[in-house]
Amino acid sequence: MTIREVQTILDARLLTGEDSLDKEVLSACGSDMMSDVLAFVKDQAVLLTGLCNAQVIRTAQMMDILCVVFVRGKNPTEEIIQMAAESGITVLGTDHRMFSACGMLWEGGLNGGAGYDKFH
Amino acid sequence: MTNSTELLYVISGEDFASAGEASTSFKNELKKLNVSPEVIRRASIAMYEGEINMVIHAYGGTARVTVDDKDIKIVLADNGPGIEDVEKAMQAGYSTATDGIRDLGFGAGMGLPNMKKYSDEMTIETHEGEGTTVTMIVHREPEVS
Ligand SMILES: Nc1ncnc2c1ncn2[C@@H]1O[C@H](COP(=O)(O)OP(=O)(O)O)[C@@H](O)[C@H]1O
Ligand SMILES: [Mg+2]
Repeated sequence: MTIREVQTILDARLLTGEDSLDKEVLSACGSDMMSDVLAFVKDQAVLLTGLCNAQVIRTAQMMDILCVVFVRGKNPTEEIIQMAAESGITVLGTDHRMFSACGMLWEGGLNGGAGYDKFH
Repeated sequence: MTNSTELLYVISGEDFASAGEASTSFKNELKKLNVSPEVIRRASIAMYEGEINMVIHAYGGTARVTVDDKDIKIVLADNGPGIEDVEKAMQAGYSTATDGIRDLGFGAGMGLPNMKKYSDEMTIETHEGEGTTVTMIVHREPEVS
């Protein structure tokens, strides 16, 4: 799935990263807890989150995440958008809630990446 | 004689918004040193979790990084309260973080487990009331097994 398709499926606003809309994404991860995101390493991933601070973008930078989607109508500040732009991360905003947004992408063919980590 | 690069970061404990700046710049340095992308990602995540811990659980601290041909070594030192029970702290999900910290997206108790998972070697030295030093080593080449 391309980032452009993610945008269409989620009826999302493009906040930065026009040039990257045709990049291919292979998996997605949805969470408001950044350490849960950091526990998951997948290539060419999308991060969906309801958290709206600079740490979301830093987390995406550390993990080479291609696209961040802010759910539930959250609007990141100009500073956060700028930070993402500088590291080539596409930022989308959707009014859908987390559960729905994840479900819509899953239905569209994106998944969580193969397998999961067993902690216990 | 092997090539070796030293990096030093001072991490402020004052301001959560800037937490992670050291890790961002560390990651850029590793790129310049031609470390492989997968190793950079692992080392950066480990460093980032450690940096966040120093900000939310201690009062900031320092990160000393040494990169040579074989390893990336990260030494995170703080003068914070120390870790009372390291074994407990290492458990996935164990956290003493406040709700305020959780609202900022951290405090899920996955930081130390993530650091252990992404580094090849990790040691914690801690003294109550004095501080904590976490040392992590990430090999530049995966070991053949
Ligand atoms: N540098 C540190 N100084 C003091 N306590 C720490 C430090 N790092 C971790 N801890 C303790 O270990 C616990 C577990 O850490 P971690 O796994 O990173 O989870 P979290 O940061 O989400 O609470 C923390 O809640 C805290 O009590
Ligand atoms: Mg932590």
